[in-house]
Amino acid sequence: MASEKSSSDLTLLDFWVSPFGQRVRIALAEKSLPYEYVEEDLLAGKSDRLLQSNPVHKKIPVLLHGGKPVNESLIIVQYLDEAFPDTPSLLPADPYARAQARFWADYVDKKVYDCGSRLWKLKGEPQAQARAEMLEILKTLETELGDKEFFGGEHGFGFVDAAFAPFTPWFMSYEKYGEFKVAEVAPKIAAWAERVGKRESVAKSLYSPDKVYDFIGVLKKMYGIE
Amino acid sequence: MAAEKNVGLVLLNSSLSPFGQRCSIALAEKGLPHEYVEEDLAAKSDLLLRSNPIYKQVPVLLHDGRTIIESLIILQYLDEAFPDTRPLLPTDPYERAQARFWADYVDKKVYGCGSRLYMVKGEPQVPANIEMAGILKTLEGELGEKEFFGGEHGFGFLDIALVPFSTWFESFDKFWGVGVAEVAPKLAAWAARCMERESVSKNVFSPEKVSDFIGEMRKDLGIE
Repeated sequence: MASEKSSSDLTLLDFWVSPFGQRVRIALAEKSLPYEYVEEDLLAGKSDRLLQSNPVHKKIPVLLHGGKPVNESLIIVQYLDEAFPDTPSLLPADPYARAQARFWADYVDKKVYDCGSRLWKLKGEPQAQARAEMLEILKTLETELGDKEFFGGEHGFGFVDAAFAPFTPWFMSYEKYGEFKVAEVAPKIAAWAERVGKRESVAKSLYSPDKVYDFIGVLKKMYGIE
Repeated sequence: MAAEKNVGLVLLNSSLSPFGQRCSIALAEKGLPHEYVEEDLAAKSDLLLRSNPIYKQVPVLLHDGRTIIESLIILQYLDEAFPDTRPLLPTDPYERAQARFWADYVDKKVYGCGSRLYMVKGEPQVPANIEMAGILKTLEGELGEKEFFGGEHGFGFLDIALVPFSTWFESFDKFWGVGVAEVAPKLAAWAARCMERESVSKNVFSPEKVSDFIGEMRKDLGIE
């Protein structure tokens, strides 16, 4: 993670394990853009800087470019494509392919994190429902991936790959709580996860599945969940 | 809709849907001819179910048979696939990011809170009321003194994202005591300005129609 003051004048307010923040880290790495990384200790409370930069949602990630804030991870990634057009783009060029990429990244946003959270927060029938939903989500994404190396298809590693890759270390936790195996339910997704995990921009942005699992344990204690 | 030049566009929609209304407004602003198909949401067509198997919802745009889903994605697609038409998003990357952010805010907050407002029974829903007033004030803050949210760009992406909900403002007042004219007068004035645009007035539900529709929903749900 770059921490030197940047000539591109970029600062990222982030939280180490956040999949949303990691999307931005992956995009910045893919584009070889230097930036200052600022760890917000969300468990300790939110900094003034964060609250001022994102008064509406009070969330990370926040990208500051020349001091001006850009919020929401997928919006930040698109911003990086548009503000730095001489860097490798994550969205493809074709309008229809772009619409598809935006749709699937939005699908990941709407579905994966919420359903995953319900898997480890809930018990009994609601947990079983979350499990069924997660299997459905993985199968749907598997159909979309098909036999492509990356979701980006001909474009290569792209917007949807960057959107979904940060969730791959969470698979182990989903598997433990949901009692299933991604490799059985969605083998192509499992293979994609492994491929994507080897990519430098991804490898240096993500934390291990064990660390994610431990983090969930910390959250459960905080919420008083057994 | 008759087309002098056929650009292969079909919009599957329900005139009730504020999300569909966004697309109709955008197509009108861009002067894009298209075939309009009104879907009966109680009896969805095969075409709709095939085109949007994941969410099974309107609006769906078909362009030469290929489907584009989600209203804000459709709007961006129209900008990018028809670059010779009036653009909805501004050109500056930072302004584009802001427009996307606030359109996302409308999606998350206005629709979410609005739905909660009319789903719940009993006494005026104080928390939802207060939340909606807060949301409207926040949007008013973003509008500021601008004629439209698009600023120098003029009537644009964010205006279109929000305007179908603006005809709900009277209902917010009538049913739940959220007086938009008091809470967010600039926003109320903006809504009136938007209605002067033909693309808007032809495609959004009038305040009366929205009020009737909500009245019906509440009867069906047993709310008085």
